[in-house]
Amino acid sequence: MTTRRSIIRAGLLGSAILTGAVSYAPMAMAQEVVKIGLILPMTGPFASTGRQIEAAAKLYMAQNGATVAGKKIELIVKDDTGTPDVTRRLAQELLVNEKVSVLGGFGLTPLAMSTVPLATQAKVPMVVMAAATSMITEASPFVTRTSFTLPQAASVMADWASKNGVKKVVTLVSDYAPGHDAEKWFADTFTAAGGKVEASIRAPLQNPDFAAFLQRVKEAQPDALYVFVPSGVGATVMKQFVERGLDKSGIKLIGTGDVTDDDIINGYGDAAIGAITAHHYSAAHPSAKNKAFVEAFKKASNMRPNFMGVAGYDGMHLIYEALKKTGGTTDGTKLMDAMKGTAWESPRGPVSIDPETREIVLNMYVRKVEKVDGELYNVEFSTFEGVKDPAKKKK
Amino acid sequence: MRMSSREVSSSEIKTTQPALTPQAFLLAKTKWRWPEVAFWLVAFSLIWLMPNRHLLLNEIAILGLFALSIDLILGFAGIISLGHAAFFGLGAYAAGLMAKHGIGEPVVGLLVAGGIAGIAGFFSSFLILRGSDLTRLMITLGVALIFHEIANRMAWLTGGADGLLGIIIPPILGQFEFDFRGATAYTYSLVVLFLLFLLARRIIHSPFGLSLKALKDNRLRAGTIGIASARRIVAIYTLAAAYAGIAGGLLTQTTAFVSLEVLDFARSADALLVLVIGGSGYLYGGPIGAIFFKIMKDGLSALTPAYWLFWMGFALVVLVLVGRDRITGFADRLFAPVVALFGRKAR
Repeated sequence: MTTRRSIIRAGLLGSAILTGAVSYAPMAMAQEVVKIGLILPMTGPFASTGRQIEAAAKLYMAQNGATVAGKKIELIVKDDTGTPDVTRRLAQELLVNEKVSVLGGFGLTPLAMSTVPLATQAKVPMVVMAAATSMITEASPFVTRTSFTLPQAASVMADWASKNGVKKVVTLVSDYAPGHDAEKWFADTFTAAGGKVEASIRAPLQNPDFAAFLQRVKEAQPDALYVFVPSGVGATVMKQFVERGLDKSGIKLIGTGDVTDDDIINGYGDAAIGAITAHHYSAAHPSAKNKAFVEAFKKASNMRPNFMGVAGYDGMHLIYEALKKTGGTTDGTKLMDAMKGTAWESPRGPVSIDPETREIVLNMYVRKVEKVDGELYNVEFSTFEGVKDPAKKKK
Repeated sequence: MRMSSREVSSSEIKTTQPALTPQAFLLAKTKWRWPEVAFWLVAFSLIWLMPNRHLLLNEIAILGLFALSIDLILGFAGIISLGHAAFFGLGAYAAGLMAKHGIGEPVVGLLVAGGIAGIAGFFSSFLILRGSDLTRLMITLGVALIFHEIANRMAWLTGGADGLLGIIIPPILGQFEFDFRGATAYTYSLVVLFLLFLLARRIIHSPFGLSLKALKDNRLRAGTIGIASARRIVAIYTLAAAYAGIAGGLLTQTTAFVSLEVLDFARSADALLVLVIGGSGYLYGGPIGAIFFKIMKDGLSALTPAYWLFWMGFALVVLVLVGRDRITGFADRLFAPVVALFGRKAR
């Protein structure tokens, strides 16, 4: 009687596993520890985001010690595989079981948005270190951000382009909220300055192949192609841009710095040289602080830090500073208040947290991809200081 | 392998219990065995025993239900599908959209989610009536990809790649509020899983269920003895789609969030993997596989957040190589003393 036997086996096995799982519950925590939960995509297509931020956060702790205001800091890293319901579950478990005082990380907008209601409900600060859609910080008074917002980068890019002889532009963005942000804020700023957006192309986020879109761009013959795609996809765009001969037909490639991500730009090959982007961080940023940061980061993790890495580093700094201000109190509201208005010198230059919007205020740089000592870098040549999120300035 | 073991067991019956009529034999199969009872008792007792793992348990229950829905078509009708997430996602979005637009009552939401997924299952079932397994794989995969792209394109309705925001789920039946620790969520999902399991159990032991098994073993032969195979496949596929839709609805309601990932290929593949781990064709494969899969995933990813996929793959390869028969056999030996205590041998 196969069925009967297997049912019995199954029942036994199931009960065994379930009872075994009882002992699997995590242990209770000690008193003088402040736990920080980092939820990041460590596997899957956005793994590089997670690895950068984890490496940066660990580097910050190694450099600044694991004790702040008499409390020991414990960092708990969780992999959400880039799936929002997992992010939410992990956040909930970190809050309930580990009793974390601060949540950090969040690689993509949907991942952050799925967790925002929990932060509000539990009154725990949530430090967004990657996701760049403007609306995230508006969704809850317990959200702050140490990366950047796309409107910041996009408006600066448009500003620069309109002042530097670019009149006709085609925009090409990934079809999701950050892409829409990048498209809208570029177009708004650019048309306000007298430029013309010939066509706005949206490419699907999943399995992107840009060949057909780039053909359309070629036919439109604009002065420049403005691109926003998530970090990592940029390589495909650049390669196909050159393959289709767009570089030779006099079309400039401009975009937000996601396209020329420091972490991977070296693999792009010479196709990337000459691309102009606006962003808040380049590993080639000429400051002593950045040189030391890049050096230490490379040593610790064998990667070149990118804008995600620096945001993770600054995120940890913000949490440390807030704990110092509250004297180690982990009350969420007090921590949030302490974070507001904090200003510091980051490897990317001076940054601060806008006390009203909890959004980061930073310098935006216009950079050009060049070869430095045989490696490709984004070399900064123009600075826009103290850029606030334009999406929030309007209100 | 399955065929041969079945032949052996039927000959066993003839020799050891000659008095058993076919009716009595079939009736005996529908009886509850104590390990089954134990399984559900343990599952329900975890509501009190493991209060701080409710969220994971909730995910296990939902994945178990989803895998159960695939088991219905794979294990009982022999239809292999790589696109079952289409119905899961449809149910998830149906429940999410209802909650967003005011009709948030979870039980009603679940019924509608199941209904809509069932309707979609009914219409797409006609596509899988013909063709071989490979054709079915491609068709089901294609249907799922179409659903995924539709959800992506209809961003005004589904929120596109950002996910559907602003879902507020009111208390179940106006009584039980979803709490922060997930106790309500787990209890709710488990009760739904249990009820649907009872229904599935009833169905597979009915004449309809038996005719499905005949279909699975040999469709041509089943046809010659008068079983209308097409109608039965349509029926079970519709039912399985409704189950998947309800599982999707549960996920939406217990997490108050839906995004495109509910329609992902990975979700269909995961559920098939769960069935490979748990075994198909006896209904418990889904729930048990889900327990294994989720605990392994959760445990490994807690140990090495960056490299757990490697260990997960490694464990799965070992599992398939060693064979689940031997693993359950191991459990048999392990529990032999307990079984003896109950005065009934396991076999």
